[in-house]
Amino acid sequence: MSTIPARPADAADVGQSLLYGMLRIRMVEEAIASRYHHEEMRCPVHLSIGQEAVAVGVASALDRRDAVLSTHRAHAHYLAKGGDLRAMIAEIHGRATGCSGGMGGSMHLVDMEAGFLGSTPIVGGSIPVGAGVAFASKQRGDGRVTAVFFGDGTTEEGVFYETLNFAALHRLPLVFICEDNLYSVYSPREVRQPAGRDLVALGRSMGLAAERGDGNDVRLVRDLATRAVARARSGDGPTLLELSTYRWLEHCGPNYDNDIGYRSEAEFEVWRERCPVERETARVIAAGEATVASIDATRLRIAAEVDDAFAFALASPFPEDRDLPAAYASPLVNPR
Amino acid sequence: MTREITFAAAIREATDQCLQADPRVYLMGLGVPDPKGIFGTTTGLQEAYGVDRVLDMPASENAMTGVAIGSAIAGQRPILTHQRVDFALLSLDQLFNNAAKWHAMFGGQMRVPLVVRLMVGRGWGQGPQHSQSLHSLFGHVPGLKVVMPSTPHDAKGLLTAAVQDDDVVIYIEHRWLHGVVGDVPAGTYTVPIGAARVAREGSDITLVASGYQTLEALRAAEWLAEDGVSAEVVDLRSIKPIDEHAIVASVGRTRRLLAVDGGWRFAGVASEVLAIAAEQAHASLSTAPRRITLPERHTPTSWPAAQRYYPGVPEIVATVRDMLGLPPQSVPPQWRESGYGDQPSPSFRGPF
Repeated sequence: MSTIPARPADAADVGQSLLYGMLRIRMVEEAIASRYHHEEMRCPVHLSIGQEAVAVGVASALDRRDAVLSTHRAHAHYLAKGGDLRAMIAEIHGRATGCSGGMGGSMHLVDMEAGFLGSTPIVGGSIPVGAGVAFASKQRGDGRVTAVFFGDGTTEEGVFYETLNFAALHRLPLVFICEDNLYSVYSPREVRQPAGRDLVALGRSMGLAAERGDGNDVRLVRDLATRAVARARSGDGPTLLELSTYRWLEHCGPNYDNDIGYRSEAEFEVWRERCPVERETARVIAAGEATVASIDATRLRIAAEVDDAFAFALASPFPEDRDLPAAYASPLVNPR
Repeated sequence: MTREITFAAAIREATDQCLQADPRVYLMGLGVPDPKGIFGTTTGLQEAYGVDRVLDMPASENAMTGVAIGSAIAGQRPILTHQRVDFALLSLDQLFNNAAKWHAMFGGQMRVPLVVRLMVGRGWGQGPQHSQSLHSLFGHVPGLKVVMPSTPHDAKGLLTAAVQDDDVVIYIEHRWLHGVVGDVPAGTYTVPIGAARVAREGSDITLVASGYQTLEALRAAEWLAEDGVSAEVVDLRSIKPIDEHAIVASVGRTRRLLAVDGGWRFAGVASEVLAIAAEQAHASLSTAPRRITLPERHTPTSWPAAQRYYPGVPEIVATVRDMLGLPPQSVPPQWRESGYGDQPSPSFRGPF
């Protein structure tokens, strides 16, 4: 790995770039976790460690002009889509140089240049907005595909079904990505859904293409997403992808929480063995696409980039009230 | 050119002209292309502009509001309709959490030029879930603008202004106004959002109203004039932003204030009007300001009970007389409404 690609899909070597994208997300999230106790990042953080393959695999199937919307757990999606790292870290630090100018924090990331049109923490809240972006693409014929990320808990929200229905009805250029990490906060699937729920069958019955896959296998995710994006781009309508994965850290915050009683250390260990970064690392090395030494060198470069982003954030000013955007795009005044 | 057309026709004309003028504008709502055409406000528009720009939608109010928001941040200018305010309650998550906030929440980089048309039901047994007037609820949330026209002229001008506005505009129309006629210029024009109008000049008391209640206030002012009481009627037209200057200026002239609102009392628009007067026109007030609002209960379906539920001309006149120290007066024959009170009064057809 001699170069750091701007984003994974830009790299000449796909194997290396998928790994690079995941490694970079992993290291950013680890840096946030390790520095969180400094209490400079004074907002909730929902970290993506363990779930990197879904973000990177899907983003590798998208063009830069394509759109992504996401949830409270959005760091991976934002970075994979090419969101600016400095602006994200600054946003988490509440600084004026943040991607949302300090209005949003970790849960409201945006990068218009990268096609990352926003992340929101109301469960299901960004799904129809993503469908609306896709609807606009259909109306305007601009050839853009939109991907919306959400968790398995969201499939219990009414708005999810409403949006599937509309997307299928209008054959929107849209890809729904369900990251099934087994828990909605600390509530396991079995207290939320009847046994045997088949989301793929459900998606198909609603008129979508639907596929299921191992969300910790970045190449499989890339292949599923590539097919879905091709369908969307060619006017064949939306796809629902259900990708199984696992959140390593607590729902919200920098710590491991396997000891608090909602899941077991043994379960965690099973998933840690399926680490998406390690799996892809082994593959890349076995294929001779990289060496341990070259990956170590890449790690050093990423570490430097992460350090730079934190330094940038900490050196940035906090927003002044006069610089914060008003609630209205046009002035709220009484004309005289 | 000025003609007399109905409030519904004025809405349809504004929509037609906005669709004609700007390819980004589209219209979506349950029943938009159906034979009734949303009380005649959308009739024929799908034939004129096609199914991609004028369309029906699934009964999915929340998702479709999100779809409208998403298309708006991607550059479209949607008009979303709901045939009752009550139905739009299913979309409050998208309206309050996303539509109102998307612009500021992401550092001012995106805009949500969305118009949501909501209809207030009344009469013919609309009952508890088809007649709510919740303008103060929408007005409470920063990021939403709220307009409530009372005349065909303002219905057209405010809808055009709403479509051209870069923010979310909640456009509330009372269904008893749809048949009201008035002068409406044929060409495109806007009525500025946030500007009240003095609907009738007077010197003894200011009646501040909006939407359909403006008609009640105007009729009350006519009755009061027969007894020598000169009531000024301020038609708010916009709830958010509310025209504080117009309220204060009028109270400065009349020294008395009665707010007449079609919503409930608690934290409602009438309360806001009184608060503005208390803060900014206290020295002008010669007597305590008062409010006429809906009673603190739900709309009955049974027509005699519904007739008693809605305050109107008699209540306004009685309150004004009380505020002026005049004795109570029974309703003169010419001001008595006959019938069931569950359909718009024939004497309320305008022009006003």
